[in-house]
Amino acid sequence: MSTAPLPTRRDEAWRYSDMEALTRLWPLPAPESIVVPAGGELRRAIVQDEGAVQQIELTLGKGAVAKLHVLNIGGAYGRIELNVTLHEGADFALGAAQIGGGEQTLEIITTVTHAEPGATSRQRVRSVLGGTATGTYLGKVAVARGAQQTDSEQDVKAMLLDRSATANAKPELEIFADDVKCAHGCAIGELDPQALFYLQSRGMPPAEAKKILLQAFVAGVFDGAEDEARLQELALAKLGELV
Amino acid sequence: MLKIENLHATVADKPILKGLSLAINAGEIHAIMGPNGAGKSTLSYVLGGRPGYEVTEGSVDFEGQDLLALDPHERAAAGLFLGFQYPVEIPGVSNVQFLRESLNAQRKARGQEPLSGGDFLKLAREKAGLLKLDMDMLKRPVNVGFSGGEKKRNEMVQMGILDPTLAILDETDSGLDIDALRIVGDGINAIMRRPDKAVLLITHYQRLLDYVQPDFVHVLAAGRIVKSGGPELARELEAHGYAEVAA
Repeated sequence: MSTAPLPTRRDEAWRYSDMEALTRLWPLPAPESIVVPAGGELRRAIVQDEGAVQQIELTLGKGAVAKLHVLNIGGAYGRIELNVTLHEGADFALGAAQIGGGEQTLEIITTVTHAEPGATSRQRVRSVLGGTATGTYLGKVAVARGAQQTDSEQDVKAMLLDRSATANAKPELEIFADDVKCAHGCAIGELDPQALFYLQSRGMPPAEAKKILLQAFVAGVFDGAEDEARLQELALAKLGELV
Repeated sequence: MLKIENLHATVADKPILKGLSLAINAGEIHAIMGPNGAGKSTLSYVLGGRPGYEVTEGSVDFEGQDLLALDPHERAAAGLFLGFQYPVEIPGVSNVQFLRESLNAQRKARGQEPLSGGDFLKLAREKAGLLKLDMDMLKRPVNVGFSGGEKKRNEMVQMGILDPTLAILDETDSGLDIDALRIVGDGINAIMRRPDKAVLLITHYQRLLDYVQPDFVHVLAAGRIVKSGGPELARELEAHGYAEVAA
């Protein structure tokens, strides 16, 4: 059990959170701790479909590889927090989608620390939000002193189905080395009305047309996932509820 | 088959169509020609039901139905096909998947059984062959990375698969080289020249009409049809320009 005091919205990492729901869930269980030893490999899919705060501390030893896939879709409040530490030459990949409607609050919070040289990290996050839902991605990449040849990337996109939905995206870099490559891109948009009309003009009802476009928007993040077919299926079913 | 009466339409509150009337019977091919800004593309979008194109007056009857009361997908199920001047690129959605879902949505709306995956692929292969489009291109995302000519041929493959009763083809000839023009022209003839089908070709130039011989040619200027005639009218326009003929 965590003995830490309940955070407030003044804490940056909880700024967009559903505090009422969090109060009900507090205190949180201790974070799950995963260590991938040097040269090891981890592949894991996480589906959050009931409303929970899930915290994972992941450490990759020298040359270790981890591929995480996250689907965050369920409950009034769903938060996935990843705290990743990369040692020399480790490789971390995250493919995540959060899909929410109604009054849902969904969050993916990552801190990826490149503690030693030569590690790589790739994060791809897609959010689809309807109703008055809020989807947040806060992603910090920290490059420690001396962690040269770090190569990191954050690719974050959100699609709003209604003007009343909210997407927050904050990629953040903290770099204490001078030979690094840290790319980040962020985009928040709406479905392309031209594409929608094109699909409908061929006979596709509006809901089907929206669904097929949204499916294309999120599909790529689960490429190569453990249990890819199940993740795609769950994502598609959730998208079907939103359109 | 199609009866347009006194059609007025605006785009962003600007009147574009100003009293357009036109009747098309089954078995006929009509061509609409006209200068830039005459309202040719607006006519095709209004008939297709594109949002933002508002009909302020007039009526459109399509095989006994009020076309303007239908949503775009219902118009497609009723047998209307709109060939786009600029076909849209849709990353991540494969042509085959989208066409099969579209066709089956149309069939469902008409109370028909869906086509199986195997039967659909057979149909798609046949139509792709007709338009000399590689089947591999049909498996790729819709129009992504296609050349201008490939996009237009893909439109015709879609038309072949969806098998409409009325095709409205908006500048299907633009961006085509001579060879592609002939392939597209032959495709239109093979798919649509039937006693129970009709075509409305919208074009700037005579050249497509060398391959798809129209029964009627109309000149659209300032939102109305100002002159109608037979195929000879298209040649007259080509020789003397719109200004003189439409004056």
